[in-house]
Amino acid sequence: MKSDKLKFLVFALVVFLVPLPLSGGYLTNVLVFVGINSMLALGLNLLLGYAGQISLGQAAFFGLGAYGSGVLTTLYAMNPWVAMILVALCVALFAFAIGFPVLRLKGHYLAMATLGVGVIVNIAFNETVDLTGGPSGLSGIPNLAIGSLTFDSDLKNYYLVWCFALGMILLSLNLVNSRFGRGLRAIHDSEVAARVMGVNARLMKVQVFTLSAFMSAIAGSLYCHVMTFISPASFSFHFSVELLTMIVIGGLGSVYGSILGALLLTLLPEMLRTFQDYDIIVYGLLLITMTIYLPGGLAAGFPALFRRLIPARKATEGSNA
Amino acid sequence: MLSLNGIGKRFGGLTALEGISFNVGKGSITGIIGPNGAGKTTLFNVATGIYPPSTGAVLMEGRDISKLPPEGRARLGLVRTFQNIELFGKMTVLENVMVGLHTRSSSGLFACSFRMPWQMSEERRIRERALELLEFVGISELADVQAGTLSFGKGRLLEIARAMALEPKLLLMDEPAAGLNSSETAELAELIKRIRDLGITVALVEHDMDLVMDICDQLVVLNLGTMLAEGTPREIQDNQAVITAYLGEE
Repeated sequence: MKSDKLKFLVFALVVFLVPLPLSGGYLTNVLVFVGINSMLALGLNLLLGYAGQISLGQAAFFGLGAYGSGVLTTLYAMNPWVAMILVALCVALFAFAIGFPVLRLKGHYLAMATLGVGVIVNIAFNETVDLTGGPSGLSGIPNLAIGSLTFDSDLKNYYLVWCFALGMILLSLNLVNSRFGRGLRAIHDSEVAARVMGVNARLMKVQVFTLSAFMSAIAGSLYCHVMTFISPASFSFHFSVELLTMIVIGGLGSVYGSILGALLLTLLPEMLRTFQDYDIIVYGLLLITMTIYLPGGLAAGFPALFRRLIPARKATEGSNA
Repeated sequence: MLSLNGIGKRFGGLTALEGISFNVGKGSITGIIGPNGAGKTTLFNVATGIYPPSTGAVLMEGRDISKLPPEGRARLGLVRTFQNIELFGKMTVLENVMVGLHTRSSSGLFACSFRMPWQMSEERRIRERALELLEFVGISELADVQAGTLSFGKGRLLEIARAMALEPKLLLMDEPAAGLNSSETAELAELIKRIRDLGITVALVEHDMDLVMDICDQLVVLNLGTMLAEGTPREIQDNQAVITAYLGEE
């Protein structure tokens, strides 16, 4: 318990110090998107890594958050903060409503159903031209502001986004180490046994699905205000798969693993620019290597590597003596 | 405590059980025995609500529970263990028991994510109670071990601790001694007696005759889906019909 708190404080400190030497350059801009992707990855990890329920439609909730905020603040000139909360609640309600029928499905069927939701929502973004501007996108979205402080630079946006991300990380850490989190993990391990123990599996699955949609919607609202321009391509099926890759690489069932995965998969495309169109091959190789050699993701890989090194050293000490 | 009244169960044309009636007395240990294929497991599944009975009724403390699903029966205090241990393998031993305390606690999504004060005190209470239960079955030193790595015998003890967390009035055990060696079986016999001494009624389906004869107050013998005999272990041992069923006719 104590060490968990310390770990979080150290992590928060690192987050606050990182942009200082970067002095608002290009990398700060990339780290803003790491923050946004961290929230999305974390939401998906609660659902898949803890409760064991897959969703290939996370980009839809992200997009609904972004378009909800974008449309309300441009066409209806609503206060962005009010819009953010309102949109997140509506997206959560939507997820709650579709959650009951969709989460009765298991495995591949659940993957297909959530994929379907994602595709339908994406088509809606493209087709409702009057509201969303269709494929050409929605522009002129205002930056967020508190009083006279407008979040219009990369550095300001960095602190804005990471405040939200740190809040979500803290709440998620609390959640997974609680009665609710134990219930989720029990459902993951054996749904039959969980039911016999009196765990209301059906309701809890819908609740965590709703939570992940809520987190994605908040991330979407932040995204639209940071970008000031959004188009349907950012919320496609491709992005849902990218989120899945993030948590598989970072570590399923690990809060910090989600952040690590988001960091890597957001930085990687920037580093892979030199490969141009061949970056997809590097992605593929990475995913294959990870699933073969580090099925628990990087978050599980580091401690395992550590353990492997420690006994090795002991053995050599023994042979010297 | 538990009464079975004229239970029959058919699967299509196959009659698995017919005309089974007996009472499990409050505070007793009742053993259900019989040769392979006698219908023991089917009877067990009818009692715990996995299948509804085709005919007859299951009564718990006078209340008809024939149509109640397993989780509903669990809430009334009818709790079961599985023949093939069903643990939460990726969770620790302590966490497994803590899941068992799920129905005895109430913190939801919001209270848990915001660490409300009442949630924190409830969490402490759950942890302490889970540790007590691990001590009761004698595996408290394994509290932080991953449950999936336990031996079969220790896994059985954990499953019993987890079932006890639900504060059962009646504990139904499906072949608790299956897969245990003789010293583990002796340990199990002591544990079951201690559970009975807490005022919990126990019923078990079991193959291990030594165990059954040692701990049971009452035995029910099934053969080919019907009741062959009912009585104390001593009466059953001398029952000619039972001897014939087990050993065959001369």
